[in-house]
Order: sequence, then C-alpha cells, then structure tokens
Amino acid sequence: MESLVTIAAVGAGLAAIGAGIGIGRIGGSAMDAVARQPEMYGKIQALALIMAAFVEAIALFAIVIAFIKG
Amino acid sequence: MQSNLFRTFFISLFILVSFGAQAADSKSDNSDEEELDVTEMILHHVSDTHDFHILDWDGHAVSIPLPVILWTDNGLVSFMSSEFHHDDEGTYIVEKGGQKFVKYHEKIYYAGETANADGAFVSLDEEAHPTNATPLDFSITKNVFTLFLSMTVLLLIFIGSARAYRKSENNVPKGIAKFTEPLIMFVKDDIAIPNIGEKKYARFLPFLLTIFFFIWLNNIFGLIPFFPFSANLSGNIAFTITLATITFFITNLNGNKEYWKHIFWMPGVPVPMKIFLMPIELIGVFTKPISLFIRLFANITAGHIVVLALISLIFVFKNMYGDVAGYAAAPVSIVFVVMISLIEILVVAIQAYIFTILSALYIGMATAEHEHH
Repeated sequence: MESLVTIAAVGAGLAAIGAGIGIGRIGGSAMDAVARQPEMYGKIQALALIMAAFVEAIALFAIVIAFIKG
Repeated sequence: MQSNLFRTFFISLFILVSFGAQAADSKSDNSDEEELDVTEMILHHVSDTHDFHILDWDGHAVSIPLPVILWTDNGLVSFMSSEFHHDDEGTYIVEKGGQKFVKYHEKIYYAGETANADGAFVSLDEEAHPTNATPLDFSITKNVFTLFLSMTVLLLIFIGSARAYRKSENNVPKGIAKFTEPLIMFVKDDIAIPNIGEKKYARFLPFLLTIFFFIWLNNIFGLIPFFPFSANLSGNIAFTITLATITFFITNLNGNKEYWKHIFWMPGVPVPMKIFLMPIELIGVFTKPISLFIRLFANITAGHIVVLALISLIFVFKNMYGDVAGYAAAPVSIVFVVMISLIEILVVAIQAYIFTILSALYIGMATAEHEHH
C-alpha cells in the first residue's frame, strides 16, 4: 500500500512536469504571437487560456488519480 | 538577471520547505505526543460537513448547527446537527422517531447494537469502512448552505440590476447595473458570440451567464476564510458533475444533423475510417463534460489544499523542531499564503471563464451549420 502511494505521487509529479512544459510552450508562443501582432492580443489571450486549460486537465487527472490511490 | 536569481532562491526555499514538511510528516507518525495529521486536517477542511465549524476555542469546537434531514425506514426524520455534540467517531447516539443514528466520518448510519473497541456504534470491515445501513441523507450540509447563500446573493445582484434598468430613463445603467453590465457584455461579446455565432447565441446566453456568475461567485466564496463563506462548494465533485451534466444535455439535445453525422458517420473519409472513428467520436461526447467537471473540481480543491498545506507548515515545524521553529516558519508560510491567495483570485475567475467558454464551444460545435462545397 505504501509503495502504491509513492508510485502515485511520482506519477502525479511526472504529469506535472509534462503539463508544465506544455503550458510553458503555450505561454511562450502566445508571447511571440502578441509581439508579432499586438492588435490580436485579445484573441490570442483567449486561445492561450483555453489551450492551457486543456493541457492542465491532464495534470489534474493525474492529481485526482494520485488522490484516489492515496 | 536579478529577478531570475530571486526566483531561483524562492523556488529552492520552497522545495527545501516542502521536503522539511515531508520529513516532519513521517516523523510525527512515530511520536505519540500531540499527534498532528496534516492530511486528515486538510481533507476535513475541503470536504462537506454536517455542521459549519468556525473555530476551536479552549479545546471546544465552535460551530453553527445545520439541519440534518434523513429519509429512513420509518419516514422523514430531522434534527439539528448539534445533537451529535461534535462527535464524528460514531460514539454518540441520537435517538429520533424510535431509531438510533450515529455520525461516523461525516456520514450518518443506523447505530449498531453494541459499541466496538473504540466505543463506536458501527461495525467495520477489513478496510475500516462501516458496514452499517445508511438512511438517505438530504441534510442541509455546509455545501448546501453555501449553495443557498450564493443563490440568494446572485438573485439580489441581478434582480437589482434588472430593476436599475427599468428605473433609468434612457437605458443607461445605474447603481449595481454599472458593475454587472460590463461583465454581461463580456460573456456575450467574448464568449457567446465568437463560439456559438451571431444567429444562435441568444438562446444559450442565459445559461452561459448563469454558469459563469454562479461558478465565479462560489469560487470567490471559497476563498473568503470566515463564516458564512469558506465552504469548498465549487471544489465539490457532485456540484461540478451537476453543472457539467447540464452542459452535456444542452449540447446534445441541441445537436443538429451535422453534429450527429460527424459522430456516427464522419463525412469525407473512407468507410473503414468511418467505422474506426465512430467509437472514438462517441467517447468524445462523454469525455468533454468529464474533463469539464474534473478541471473545475481539481483546480478549486487544489487551491484550497495548497493554502491549507502552507498554513499547516507552521505546526509541522513546531512539532518537529520546537516552538522557535514554529515562530520562524510562520512569516514565511504567511507570505506564501498571501501570494497563493492572490494567484487564486486570478485562478477562480479564469476557471469560471474556462468552464463557460468551453460550454459555449461545445454548444457551438453542436449547432454549427457546415457550409457545403
């Protein structure tokens, strides 16, 4: 049981790394896009937020699984 | 460069502190004196309860009792939660209508005949789950109380703004409508119209406005740390499942022929591919609302857990290294709590926005008219 909890925690951590990379790339690309076309700021921001929500959901699935196992 | 240095410093400090907490956690398990179970404390704070606990004073819990309503074998039974006398271990029996009830870990059971070794009137199986029968529980719990509260506040705000428009002569917003009009226009212009389209958005706007303000208000209520707020309502999975289910039904009941055709018989691809895509698309119908409710639930609950974990660091340090370490840890964790709370103010608005815009997106996908070439 103890080892299962630890493995779940490691899995949640790995998912967080993945989501971190994903959100970082979204944020960076959104910055680039805004720098290139400042007049599109509103649309780009909305899109970036939606994309971040999709990426984040994966990390949150992992957290929920870690909770269930814990 | 400078800010980078600071960031590295803070991150390493944070990591150090977290490791310290973990070490303390495993240590406090071994020592008998003044047991501190951080996990249990945090889970208790984010879960639903039958009474509204405010604070502990002199070792006694100060809480607001809430009504317990049960549908039992002998019909409806109701009493105030204070009759359990803050007992949550199943040791205190409440007798109503010829039936005996105990509360064990925030669930109400029919009391057993005899007490077990711990004095609880429940019988436990190997995994320490009670095997007693349960009555149907319709209690006004902490979350239900918050639900009624936010409903009242929403009605006051929006009936007030509707009245403000009726009173004003040239439709210029007055009073509270000055505050609500930009938000409503934001939902209309930036969420509904771009995703659903000029022609059809009006039908769905009331729903989008309702979920946006409802989720946002409940999120904000969760951030305010004192009575009558502070309940983790939008981080309750039943609450988010209900909202996502409403979105699911609205999306699929309004789905047009094109929408169902794209699910069951994807146009423009060869027949083996059509057959291959059908189950995937069908699963997609259900994963959309599932990701909606898990996202809201996990985000809000995670926010609550982070704040509580940072606060409990003070007590972890105190238990581990003595009083001085506790005092030293207090300013650090309070600064972190303030920072996290500031981020949370942003997060709760973004989560309400995300839920609403994704609902609008799904509705827009279901109702879109495809142009034929």
